[in-house]
Amino acid sequence: MSGPFRISGAGRLDPERKAKFTFDQKPFTGIEGDTLASALLANGVHLMGRSFKYHRPRGVLSAGAEEPNALVTVARDDARKTPNVRATVQEVYEGLDATSQNRWPSLAFDVGQVNDMASPMFSAGFYYKTFMWPKAAWKHLYEPNIRAAAGLGVAPDKPDPDHYSSRFSHCEVLVIGGGAAGIAAALAAAQTGVRVVLCDEQPTFGGSLRFEMGAEISGEDAYFWAQETVEKLRAMDNVTLLNRTTAFGYYAQNFVGLVERVTDHMAAPGDLPRERLWQVRARRVVLATGAIERHMVFGDNDRPGVMLASAARTYLNYYGVAVGRNVGVFTSNDSAYAAAIDLKKVGVNIAALVDLRDNPSGPLVEQARALGIEVNHGRAVVSTAGRLRISSMTIQAKSGGGERMIPVDALLMSGGWTPSVHLFSQSRGKLSFDAATHRFLPGATAQACVSVGACAGSDDLGTAVAEALKAGEKAARDAGGKGEVSARIRVSASEGWSGGMLGTGPAGEGSTRKAFVDFQNDVTAKDIRLAVREGMHSIEHVKRFTTNGMATDQGKTSNMHGLAIAAEALGKPIPEVGLTTFRPPYTPVTFGAIVNHARHALFDPTRRTPIHPWAEAQGAVFEDVGQWKRAWYYPKAGEDMHAAVNRECVTVRKSAGLFDASTLGKIEVVGPDAAKFMELLYTNPWEKLEPGRCRYGIMLREDGFIYDDGVVGRLAPDRFHVTTTTGGAARVMNHMEDYLQTEFPQLNVWLTSISEQWAVIAVQGPKSRDIIAPLVEGIDMSDAALPHMSVREGKICGVPTRLFRMSFTGDRGFEVNVPSDYGQAVWEALWAEGQKHGACAYGTESMHVLRAEKGYIIVGQDTDGTVTPDDAGLDWAVGKKKADFVGIRGMKRPDLVDKGRRQLVGLRTKDPKVVLEEGAQIVADPKQPIPMKMIGHVTSSYWSENCGRSIALALVAGGRDRIGQTLYVPMPSGTIEVEVTGMVFFDETGGRLNG
Amino acid sequence: MASTAQAERRPKLAGRETRHGALRVAMLPPAERMSLRAPAASVAALASALKIRLPNAPRQSAKSGQRTSLWLGPDEWLILDEGGGDPLADCRSVTAVHSAAGISHRNVAIEVSGPGAAACLNSGCPRDLSLAAFPVGACSRTLLGKVEIIIYRTAEDNFRVECWRSFSDYVFEFLSVAAKDVAG
Amino acid sequence: MLLIRCPYCEEDRPELEFRNAGEAHIARSANIAGESDEAFETFFFIRSNPKGLHYERWRHVHGCARFFNAVRDTVSDKFLMTYKAGEAKPDAETLKTLGASAAWTNLSTEHLGGRRPARGKGDTE
Repeated sequence: MSGPFRISGAGRLDPERKAKFTFDQKPFTGIEGDTLASALLANGVHLMGRSFKYHRPRGVLSAGAEEPNALVTVARDDARKTPNVRATVQEVYEGLDATSQNRWPSLAFDVGQVNDMASPMFSAGFYYKTFMWPKAAWKHLYEPNIRAAAGLGVAPDKPDPDHYSSRFSHCEVLVIGGGAAGIAAALAAAQTGVRVVLCDEQPTFGGSLRFEMGAEISGEDAYFWAQETVEKLRAMDNVTLLNRTTAFGYYAQNFVGLVERVTDHMAAPGDLPRERLWQVRARRVVLATGAIERHMVFGDNDRPGVMLASAARTYLNYYGVAVGRNVGVFTSNDSAYAAAIDLKKVGVNIAALVDLRDNPSGPLVEQARALGIEVNHGRAVVSTAGRLRISSMTIQAKSGGGERMIPVDALLMSGGWTPSVHLFSQSRGKLSFDAATHRFLPGATAQACVSVGACAGSDDLGTAVAEALKAGEKAARDAGGKGEVSARIRVSASEGWSGGMLGTGPAGEGSTRKAFVDFQNDVTAKDIRLAVREGMHSIEHVKRFTTNGMATDQGKTSNMHGLAIAAEALGKPIPEVGLTTFRPPYTPVTFGAIVNHARHALFDPTRRTPIHPWAEAQGAVFEDVGQWKRAWYYPKAGEDMHAAVNRECVTVRKSAGLFDASTLGKIEVVGPDAAKFMELLYTNPWEKLEPGRCRYGIMLREDGFIYDDGVVGRLAPDRFHVTTTTGGAARVMNHMEDYLQTEFPQLNVWLTSISEQWAVIAVQGPKSRDIIAPLVEGIDMSDAALPHMSVREGKICGVPTRLFRMSFTGDRGFEVNVPSDYGQAVWEALWAEGQKHGACAYGTESMHVLRAEKGYIIVGQDTDGTVTPDDAGLDWAVGKKKADFVGIRGMKRPDLVDKGRRQLVGLRTKDPKVVLEEGAQIVADPKQPIPMKMIGHVTSSYWSENCGRSIALALVAGGRDRIGQTLYVPMPSGTIEVEVTGMVFFDETGGRLNG
Repeated sequence: MASTAQAERRPKLAGRETRHGALRVAMLPPAERMSLRAPAASVAALASALKIRLPNAPRQSAKSGQRTSLWLGPDEWLILDEGGGDPLADCRSVTAVHSAAGISHRNVAIEVSGPGAAACLNSGCPRDLSLAAFPVGACSRTLLGKVEIIIYRTAEDNFRVECWRSFSDYVFEFLSVAAKDVAG
Repeated sequence: MLLIRCPYCEEDRPELEFRNAGEAHIARSANIAGESDEAFETFFFIRSNPKGLHYERWRHVHGCARFFNAVRDTVSDKFLMTYKAGEAKPDAETLKTLGASAAWTNLSTEHLGGRRPARGKGDTE
């Protein structure tokens, strides 16, 4: 036998399929299909954890996802350590390694338990009130220590080696919950022929049929009916069955998030994803989420061995485990009788059944009495005893009087059932308080969903199945299902009960014992009353003050009790106090499932140019520019970045350099109105630009500030080749489309992104023409035929090219555009030519230095979204005669034409060796008191080997009027003196463009 | 002047393929591609010059020999030619207002084929790819994970996925990982 | 994730394919250069930001790439309707007639076959 408490012949697992596992390093044997909780109970282990705040010994409360107590850490290896796993959910597998949490040095002897004895100190609000002063101590002293003492498991400190997968799924009907109602709804829906998804959080479908032995369908055990029907569904092409799958979030328009646990139950997961995230869009959702039993709130109701009656029944009837040998029962409704009866039938002694009701009656009560179970009505359990396991319960008449102590080794309780309306509430449906049954039920819907079965308040199987069939068919029909529904389900016997109680039993108020409402956060009935006394009158405030319902179980068992106690203390009816809001996730979801594929190479696309492999082979160092990898510099052996950049910059101006400019954004603007459109989107005039010529264009936003810039070539009267900054490519395209589609839709012009159609090789420097010319066909390369700022189409290395004569260095330069697949081969051919002339490859850093030597701006570095063309010294690029372009009005706003605006200027440090820091602030008077008046900042700053000194660009208030003045850059290490200059540091006459 | 041999064409990820059971993710060979933009009035002339129908309804495509036209927007088509034809050249003589831009090298194509091809795409594509919603011949621009793609269903279990060249590392990897999960 | 009906693609498409583009029906003057400071301020800076019906622009950027207009309720986050750029702004009367057809999700409990329990005071959301 796998444990002394395993009952032969009971349960639905195969006792031959054993699985060995350890709990706190101690070896145990379970059965495949066991949860960790059932396997431990089979071995007589009830103590599974310590509570959060008081470190009280705790056992399992439940047999499902609502478990607040039995949280353990499951470890496969160092990196695969999952904390806060519910022992009632974790399936046992061969080699499972589980460890208890929140105890030191051991589960049975935990030093932290002193908190329990000092508990009068730790009432609700204790932390808020006590650790107020001194303020600084909170962050460094109080919080870290409190967190260390009160806590759950420890997160692993290694990267998660598992992988996770995802699936977007569409269906007509999504059925959440695979109990009798869910199965019936899915069957009816599926028979109409529509796509149906049925999910359930348990490994096996059946819901409460897994333990309700009194349920029969067509004369047989309803659980077998469930299995047969599920197999029928599995065979249907239009049905997706997802077991071990939790619907955790219900979002807008029937978008529901599911997590399928793929490998957490496997001894050898192999290469499977650990979890699969399903993002389901359903035309209709059928909620068949069932109900969760509530505990009873009484003194010391948290000792190991005290659990929900339905849990004990599940352990017996599904797992074949008796939770004790001498069991007490405390209830306020009929369902606990069924547990007592089932246990009694397999030979477990029922020490006493205590029913809070005065005159319980009905078949179950009769049956219990007939079996010889002592039924004490009108009485309550007022306390329990036992250190690491319950040893006795003490009962008393409701009216008071003598107490009687009854030895027990387990105590089952039932305060009634709470419909699981979590997902319905998440869907923004309204909950209605049903006064007759004291429960919140789904009311007005906000989305196309319908609740059936226990979650809708249907208390017996017959009703649940009948309404589920109807709702399933209706949902499918509404979503277009045409097929005939033949399913008929005859419920021949059924269990069903309603009623129960909310809040505490008698003798609750005055007792000094802890009567727990929320086990996981250690919230007692007293704490909730205290919260009300201290002025928390909204249930949302009570929740936050006491933390009731705020633990990882989100108050599945505690919310209704908390509400009832608060309502009682407030003297208001429950619906007037109201429920706290249900929010996703229903149960905790791993970060892995959410992050999913988006890790490593799939975290974000890494974009590489066609020339990237060459640069990589050359040992280039790359920098990230948005998603692009760009060659930053090409160090030779022994060179650091500084040396490499100096060499590259000098070589370009001495001979030539090759630069991979493929990442530039490129847009082909085509149509009879192309020039008109360009006139509207750029500040410059375009109508008169000759085909074959280029122009530097500036694009503004409507507010008059610079948005982007780039060289534009006119290929034909109706065709422009526009370049944008690398980072601006996508947004410039969007900006242009926006104006074209919505402001100027009358224009016959279209935009096509050609950024990746063309690889771009910039060849810059005095030898650039000599390098290119031998490879070019059909283009006259002479200065007369191909002057600076012109473009030609022809061939290079036998493939098509758009050859631009343009310069971003101030030296003679070209940009060779070739179709991307040819990019690397053409680069290699140019490189080979370049070698004959001593040319080098240069990266983005040298590109930046070379352009700064010439005072060419970089949008986004020298501008920041508040810089006008005039501020940047680019007023010449604004067409003065134009009647309209985007930004024409914005740039005339009073503030934008005001005196004293920050203008782009050059800075020369008095000490040429000092290189300013980009972003450094500039002041006129370094002796003024702090805070100083800052009049500008450095936007670009480099060491220029070509100039033999440092160079910088800066935005300075009234900058152009300050040329020649000395300003100051205060830095932590001292104040740097600078002289304001023009923006051009090299070849001021511009002769080198044709040099 | 040209003294060197023609530059070698080096298509991105050429020949790359992953298989998981019968589910296959494979790079397709280069093809001629053209982005065609035109108002309704020009469609007849362009269709005649290109010798292919230009569908005027969402998600529709047309095929003629080795040439395919995909509706991408109300005035936008992607013209594919896998047989060495040159759609840009075919349009050159058309005087009706239009824009034809060559994008043969901008895009690459990945074929996802075999049982579960749609589920494989649905690993990162939020669209309903059932045959009812997205029948054979349907095409659309959409997303795969963080990247824009064009999907074109050529058979029940066969999709052509087009993306920009530099996004192909991401798309190929994503589909390969997804294929593994779908194939089980 | 919302579903948004693209008036050009003529179907509901996932929100991921779209991008919001701010308030709709703000006309750019044909003579913008001649606008007063006040007129330009109103045009460029002032937005209605209503609680309730909002006319806004969206772009089906990862679909047909068209800009279009939508009426969305900023309280419920529901789209009442979408329409092509350049089409007239629907008035309040038109929107009223849309009712349940505007969004298939916005249907009554009864229509969906659900049971509505006796409503108590203080129903919560």
